[in-house]
Amino acid sequence: MTTSDIRPILEIRDLGKDFGDFNVLRDISLDVMPSQVVVVIGPSGSGKSTLLRCCNCLEVPQRGSIRICDKDLVVDGKMLPDRELNALRMQVGMVFQGFNLFPHLSVLENVSIGPRKLRGMSAKASDELALSLLDKVGLKERASAYPAQLSGGQKQRVAIARALAMEPRVMLFDEPTSALDPELVGEVLQVMKALAAEGMTMIVVTHEMGFAREVADEVLVMDGTIIEHGKPEDVFSNPKQERTRTFLKCILSH
Amino acid sequence: MELDFSPVWRGWPDLLHGASVTVEITVASLVLSIIVGLCVGMARLDPGKRILYGTASAYVLFFRGTPLLVQLFLLFFGLPQFDILLPAFVCGVIGLGLYSGSYVSEVVRGAIQSIDRGQMEAARSMGMSYAHAMRYIILPQAVLRMVPPLGNEFIALIKNSALVSLLTISDLMHEGQKIISVSYRSLEVYIAVALIYLVLTTLAGQTLRLIEKRLRVGGMVQ
Repeated sequence: MTTSDIRPILEIRDLGKDFGDFNVLRDISLDVMPSQVVVVIGPSGSGKSTLLRCCNCLEVPQRGSIRICDKDLVVDGKMLPDRELNALRMQVGMVFQGFNLFPHLSVLENVSIGPRKLRGMSAKASDELALSLLDKVGLKERASAYPAQLSGGQKQRVAIARALAMEPRVMLFDEPTSALDPELVGEVLQVMKALAAEGMTMIVVTHEMGFAREVADEVLVMDGTIIEHGKPEDVFSNPKQERTRTFLKCILSH
Repeated sequence: MELDFSPVWRGWPDLLHGASVTVEITVASLVLSIIVGLCVGMARLDPGKRILYGTASAYVLFFRGTPLLVQLFLLFFGLPQFDILLPAFVCGVIGLGLYSGSYVSEVVRGAIQSIDRGQMEAARSMGMSYAHAMRYIILPQAVLRMVPPLGNEFIALIKNSALVSLLTISDLMHEGQKIISVSYRSLEVYIAVALIYLVLTTLAGQTLRLIEKRLRVGGMVQ
């Protein structure tokens, strides 16, 4: 099989989105292949998070199209009908900057509720799945704790396990380490690296340049549109655009 | 001036019976008002759904904006003109329930809207429908925030229920007035009636505090 036989798992064409008068995204086209890790960087307000949130329709773009996991998610501002959208979202995991764990559920329940309610798994099977995923993110022994009792890094690892419990084909990470104390960033990145090594398709909005260098297959630099993209070593060492250079200087100087 | 409480003692069984009717009517109205309040409160979450939102808002506008007594009279004296004859007790429960429901709906809406937006986003991004997310994620958290203001509503309902005495329902107020009509001891009887209402509202307040405490111990609230 040659590479040309493999279809992209995410295809974005001519995407555009406005918030009122503010044009946040324009003319974005992007292909992501299965098992690829794409890191999105760019200055604050450049539309990185919005782009990511368009990929599971938490934001609805007004123009262009998104095709993900072999389904047309949005075409010219028209969303997939609700029922199909819900089914599609199960295949697209999302991890948020603010964790968004469910505070009224235990760690185990946070992870098992998805498979139980949405994938029709029995209580026993979903608990077992949840425990194995918690083990994978190194938090099996905190299964009965509540989110409020965890550190930020632990919360984010639970959030990753929760997303994985739906057995997604793509994972979207929206600044997963930006709300963490510096000493807790490593444990989350480690889990993400392990995930990438397993071949998970990942789109990661982050400011962690080390992670981008080490793990990314492709780096996108955004400023309302994709101003530069390529292999991390090319983008970081030899940026073509002046705006990329300015941005990288800002990021790397501290 | 001399106080003579003997009519109160003689009428004590009637007053206790009246108090039990007051409790019954209050509890029944509270159940109705919570059901109505939940539906109306959730209907008022999204102004984009015009018909639902508009209907629910019109309900709140009317029942919160007109006197309870007028609403009770509309039910009790107005409906018979359409050949709808409801028992007085049913009129009382519907009247109190719908009136209080308009306030409860705002409690419900406020509690739901106070839950962080990220909770709904996290639930939806897993693939949950709006209804699933409401039921499993948002409402369980919102209900905890509803308890203290619902306690206020419960206490207000106990006191407002005195108005149903005007619909010939033998509640505490009504029994008190019956005793006065034969003994002419207004002050003594109303003092007794007031004290019994005070006991009822205090008990209600204590019960709610207990419920809140239990919910907190469950680890549900940070």
